[in-house]
Amino acid sequence: MTAFILRRVLQAVVVMLVVALVAFSLFQYVGDPVQLMMGQFATPEDRIRLTHELGLDQPFWVQFYHFIVNAVHGQFGVSLRIGKPVSVLLAQRIPATLELSVCAAILALVVGIPAGVYSGLRPNSWLARTALSLSLLGVSLPTFLIGILLILVFAVKLNFLPAFGRGEVVSLGGWTTGLLTPSGLRSLILPTITLGLFQLTLIMRLVRSEMLEVLRTDYIKFARARGLRDRAINFGHALKNTLVPVITITGLQLGSIIAFSIITEQVFQWPGMGLLFIQAVSYVDIPVMAAYLCLIALVFVTINLIVDLLYYVVDPRLRIDRPGSAGG
Amino acid sequence: MRSRSHICAAAVLGALIVAAPVHAKTFRWASQGDVLSFDPYSQNESFNNTFNSYVYESLVMYDKKYDVVPQLALKWEQVTPTQWRFHLRPNVKFQEGEALTADDVVFSIHRQLSKRSMMKSYLAGVTDAKKVDDLTVDILTAGPAPVLLRQLTDVRIMSKAWCEKHNVVEVQDYVAKEETYAVGHANGTGPYVLKSREPDVKTVLEANPHWWGKLEGNVTEIVYTPIKSAATRTAALLSGEVDFVLDPPLQDLPKLKSDPNIKVVEGEESRTIFIGMDQKSDELKYSNVKGKNPFKDIRVRQALYAAIDIETIKRTLMRGLSVPTGELITHQVYGYFPAANKRPAFDVNKAKSLLKEAGYPNGFEVTLDCPNDRYINDALICQALTSMWAKIGLTVKLDAMPKAQYFAKINKLDTSLYMLGWAVATFDAQDALLNLVHTRNDKGAGEYNDGSYSNPKIDALIDAMSSEADVNKRLGMIHDALMMHTQDVAHLMLHQQIIPWAMRKNIAVTHSADNRLRMWWVHVNDANGKQ
Repeated sequence: MTAFILRRVLQAVVVMLVVALVAFSLFQYVGDPVQLMMGQFATPEDRIRLTHELGLDQPFWVQFYHFIVNAVHGQFGVSLRIGKPVSVLLAQRIPATLELSVCAAILALVVGIPAGVYSGLRPNSWLARTALSLSLLGVSLPTFLIGILLILVFAVKLNFLPAFGRGEVVSLGGWTTGLLTPSGLRSLILPTITLGLFQLTLIMRLVRSEMLEVLRTDYIKFARARGLRDRAINFGHALKNTLVPVITITGLQLGSIIAFSIITEQVFQWPGMGLLFIQAVSYVDIPVMAAYLCLIALVFVTINLIVDLLYYVVDPRLRIDRPGSAGG
Repeated sequence: MRSRSHICAAAVLGALIVAAPVHAKTFRWASQGDVLSFDPYSQNESFNNTFNSYVYESLVMYDKKYDVVPQLALKWEQVTPTQWRFHLRPNVKFQEGEALTADDVVFSIHRQLSKRSMMKSYLAGVTDAKKVDDLTVDILTAGPAPVLLRQLTDVRIMSKAWCEKHNVVEVQDYVAKEETYAVGHANGTGPYVLKSREPDVKTVLEANPHWWGKLEGNVTEIVYTPIKSAATRTAALLSGEVDFVLDPPLQDLPKLKSDPNIKVVEGEESRTIFIGMDQKSDELKYSNVKGKNPFKDIRVRQALYAAIDIETIKRTLMRGLSVPTGELITHQVYGYFPAANKRPAFDVNKAKSLLKEAGYPNGFEVTLDCPNDRYINDALICQALTSMWAKIGLTVKLDAMPKAQYFAKINKLDTSLYMLGWAVATFDAQDALLNLVHTRNDKGAGEYNDGSYSNPKIDALIDAMSSEADVNKRLGMIHDALMMHTQDVAHLMLHQQIIPWAMRKNIAVTHSADNRLRMWWVHVNDANGKQ
């Protein structure tokens, strides 16, 4: 077990280094922050001085080495755009992104599972058919379009939900939350739907097809023969057996919800990490971009590690038969 | 006893009347980007400079006609050609209570000239500032500085004591690990006080109750929210969540104009958009013509110019929001010369015969570099140009990229044909001529002359005008230089942009040619139209 974890952690470190390397090599092409900071009229000497101070004139490998050394010490530098330390900026933005992502995941689960169960049980009812065709929209429409459509309907036409922002937030020991104020809750609705819709439809369709599969199996038939009530069969036996793939998918999707909230955050001016990243890209704010990409890589690597460990715990075969290649 | 309580009551009532602002007027507005820093010298970005001007003031400012008028300086005179004396406005206080003195002005100028300041260029030519007495300052320049007053409109005055107290005598060092106090705090003498700041969320300013001046507008609270997505910005204005949008997307203008609660104010910007050509290299870097440079031949430049159907660009791409031009600078800028505003008629046949005369009957290949997020419809205009030039036989490849990469590329002269726009920050023609037309040298001239155009006669005129004290003589030099620029086809001029600002019906603003919203002229009226 220890050897397994150690090996996985080592692999994770390698993945992180590769991500940092790729990110860093991309920064050579994103443009020149000095130009944006000093404006049109700066003298060449001033430009050269700032480029030198920022270390942008050093060879790629030297810049990369300095970045890694600083990152190991938890130093990500100062944002070139707004002059605040990157670690502080990211820490300020994490609550907004996490709150939105978790709400979207909950929405996807709370609506997606019952809807999937229902349309699995009664595949021919009109409600199930409607849900299925609507889910097709959810899967195929791009996120920004859904966001803008929701804004158009609920903010502009009906005028009862805000079009942007996070509303009023309350700070609880450094963690800002919009869950405790009416305006914060109202602001959360549209972004949550936008971000969660894709996952919702995915889960619904997944649960539906699993349910259809499971309901055809022998043990369900035997359960019916035993005279168990429908309720016990459907939820006690059938649903339970469909949840294994759902949990796997949900776990992996949580990472992508966090990472791909960029688009939703941009559409709703949601002050999370994704928006910070987008703003950083247009301003060539290299310290912020580097730290964000590493952080997202860390999130994925961590989730993967946990999922691997869960497999290891859940599936005894992995432990007994092939202790070396578990989770591969 | 009774009379005393009456007096008390009257005093309380009086205090109430004085304390209560006429009517609290909140102005909520949005644009694409956020305020970067409240340290006025730590970034040189137009929007940031505008926002800082609500809190920090300068010695002088522009009025509605872009003439220089007093702000913190009441009057000024030139003691010698290189020594300007400014008499400060008495009884001005910074927002945290410090009185404004000559020491603050000297300190601010030194700070703005200091090593890490990003705003040094606004003091180009200034060598030093010296205190004469508490309310008098001398600014010393290397030579006669005819544009000094215009430069000073963006030199904001900070409090020496405040900067020393909060350890911000030095401008922020971006290599350091910490932010400085001045990034998120401000203490100016201006009409508005910084109340709260959350990057990318909102920034709130309140009217300064102790301000020395009297607001022409009536805004008592400013709430600024950056909204990055253009569609969301439009939606927020339509739903009434913001009162004003500085940069509404062009494609949304018809929808905004048709809404009864919205109005769009359009104004000409002092920016010209043009195409530059490499006129120095012996062989173009991005072309199939080997051994010679076609752009050195004026006939080729004239041919490309005549092939541009500028009216079609105006009608289709710009939806009418442009003013075609043939002159480097616009009419709002000092030195504008109507006679130099001439562009050749659109004439494909003439263009073809010019190319033939120049020895390129079958045209040639060249790459056009273009930004795609800097000017209004920049990449689309370039695309249109490639097809217009295709009609006279040229094969033009378009290379469009984001501004962050674009300017780094063309400033290295890594281009054969490029698009550029120029808004004259000082509203004086010298600035544009020096940066765009003067031969590039190591003294800062020709800094944006990315095609390395060089004309010794124009160079001589520009050098002379920057130290000419006689106003009329200097104006003559500007006119001559602009005329030569037009006649020599140094750039292919396109148009002046028209900038739309969108707002709720009850908002009244003064449009500015430098795209800066001057808050002190903004009126928020009641919904029924009264103030």
